[in-house]
Amino acid sequence: MLLLALDTATPAVTVALHDGTSVIAESSQVDARRHGELLLPAVHRVLADAGLRLDAVTAVVAGVGPGPYTGLRVGLMTADTFGLALGVPVHGVCTLDGLAYASGIEDGPFVVATDARRKEVYWARYEDARTRVGGPAVDRPADIAEEVAGLPAVGAGAALYPDAFADVRGPEHVTAAALASLAAEKLAAGEELLEPRPLYLRRPDAQVPKNYKVVTPQ
Amino acid sequence: MADSRDEPLVLGIETSCDETGVGVVRGTTLLADAVASSVDEHARFGGVVPEVASRAHLEAMVPTIQRALKDAGVSAKDLDGIAVTAGPGLAGALLVGVSAAKAYAYALGKPLYGVNHLASHICVDQLEHGSLPEPTMALLVSGGHSSLLLSTDITSDVRPLGSTIDDAAGEAFDKIARVLNLGFPGGPVIDRYAREGDPEAIAFPRGLTGPRDAAYDFSFSGLKTSVARWIEAKRAAGEDVPVRDVAASFQEAVVDVLTRKAVRACKDEGVEHLMIGGGVAANTRLRALAQERCEKAGIRLRVPRPKLCTDNGAMVAALGAEMVARNRAASDLGLSADSSLPVTEPHVPGAHAHAHDHDHVHEVSKDNLYS
Ligand SMILES: [Zn+2]
Repeated sequence: MLLLALDTATPAVTVALHDGTSVIAESSQVDARRHGELLLPAVHRVLADAGLRLDAVTAVVAGVGPGPYTGLRVGLMTADTFGLALGVPVHGVCTLDGLAYASGIEDGPFVVATDARRKEVYWARYEDARTRVGGPAVDRPADIAEEVAGLPAVGAGAALYPDAFADVRGPEHVTAAALASLAAEKLAAGEELLEPRPLYLRRPDAQVPKNYKVVTPQ
Repeated sequence: MADSRDEPLVLGIETSCDETGVGVVRGTTLLADAVASSVDEHARFGGVVPEVASRAHLEAMVPTIQRALKDAGVSAKDLDGIAVTAGPGLAGALLVGVSAAKAYAYALGKPLYGVNHLASHICVDQLEHGSLPEPTMALLVSGGHSSLLLSTDITSDVRPLGSTIDDAAGEAFDKIARVLNLGFPGGPVIDRYAREGDPEAIAFPRGLTGPRDAAYDFSFSGLKTSVARWIEAKRAAGEDVPVRDVAASFQEAVVDVLTRKAVRACKDEGVEHLMIGGGVAANTRLRALAQERCEKAGIRLRVPRPKLCTDNGAMVAALGAEMVARNRAASDLGLSADSSLPVTEPHVPGAHAHAHDHDHVHEVSKDNLYS
């Protein structure tokens, strides 16, 4: 088994290879504006580090968010297309689940929160590192402050809003290594993973820009 | 590969606006033109909603690639390259196509060509009428562009002579259709009503056609306002709006200016071939008037069939095939979507590319590729 895991739902562009036992190569870069440019070179680098070729991959695992859409789609589109070209299955894992797993917190409850921009967070509630019991949802921190009061909170979204999240824990961003390990565990246990479709959680902004279709720079 | 260099088999991906297009060509021969459009989802907003378009591209991409390969009757492993619109266009929408193209090229071990959307609109005519004459004058008119471009080599030299200073021609069609309550998109429905109307019924203004105006620039904003005011005045007076005559007269004002300026540019530059592309090139009156005026001026007119004028993947594949045939440098895996890619850049070569670096992607990643 060789899992190629990737996630672009947070500011991190993260890629990892997992051989069914452990993570054998990984790469994480934090640059929220360059997901599109960074992802493929990162995939290439991780494969080169492991001394493997892409056609050795037996399944692709992609973080399905929730996350800011433009970046999120880079990872999912890449995963979809690898699946098509390689003829291998593509699985989805909730990005917040990856963060929960990486936190290593065994005694819950706790929450995971990432930055949803527009003064909101994507968040979910966990019993332990492997068990989500609520969410994912998108909310204003003030609106959920009571619900999350006193709970440890993992992720960069929590660090942004100390008034709502008092006990902030790491890691800040998801890693594909955590995603791959979680996926490998679940697959080994015979659990179904998610469809590799984005968790947007919001309706699209139905705004037509003034020059909506302009492709000629003025 | 020696023979495939002359007739390269290329798959092209286009996602600059609301059409998910995947085309396959062999040299200048069209093999497949698969398009999934999200236009219906935008109709109730009266224009293209970028986020709606981007979401639709993600869902449609893999099925559309599969359909294109099936229609073409070719296998992905036989492709000589993958081409993709790198820009200009809607940033988020472009990024979906670029992500897919990079992943596909990398996984298949094929060179990647990030190409310019506008140059693709010109190059698509090779699929209809054979190799582009050099030079070719191109009038590109759509909801996003209204430009006069002169090209001596579609892979390396595209010069802008003029463009709209406000609205694109297709945008004016959409806006007038909205004022007339005819729905979105406006082009086809205005064309239909105009066929039964009198193009000389109302004398709408011809923008930027004065002796001191820029010879090759366009302006449709004044026309749009003038038509809207005319309609409102009728309504305010409690009179019926003669929809067919308004449509015909408005359309005539647009195509009169477009063809007049395009023919003039050909004459001024001594160019004998005019190609018209973009969604508005599907307009029947534009095609007819352009034909008439080109014949009179001794200019050969080339307009692709309507389906190749609107955004599609075949046009991207056509330009990609030309890049392969002319040995242009491939793009690298760091290729980005550039929403304002200048028309003067027909493609986006890799950062370390040099003139004959055709197999750049292979060089970067040959250890990790299939073949
Ligand atoms: Zn276009």
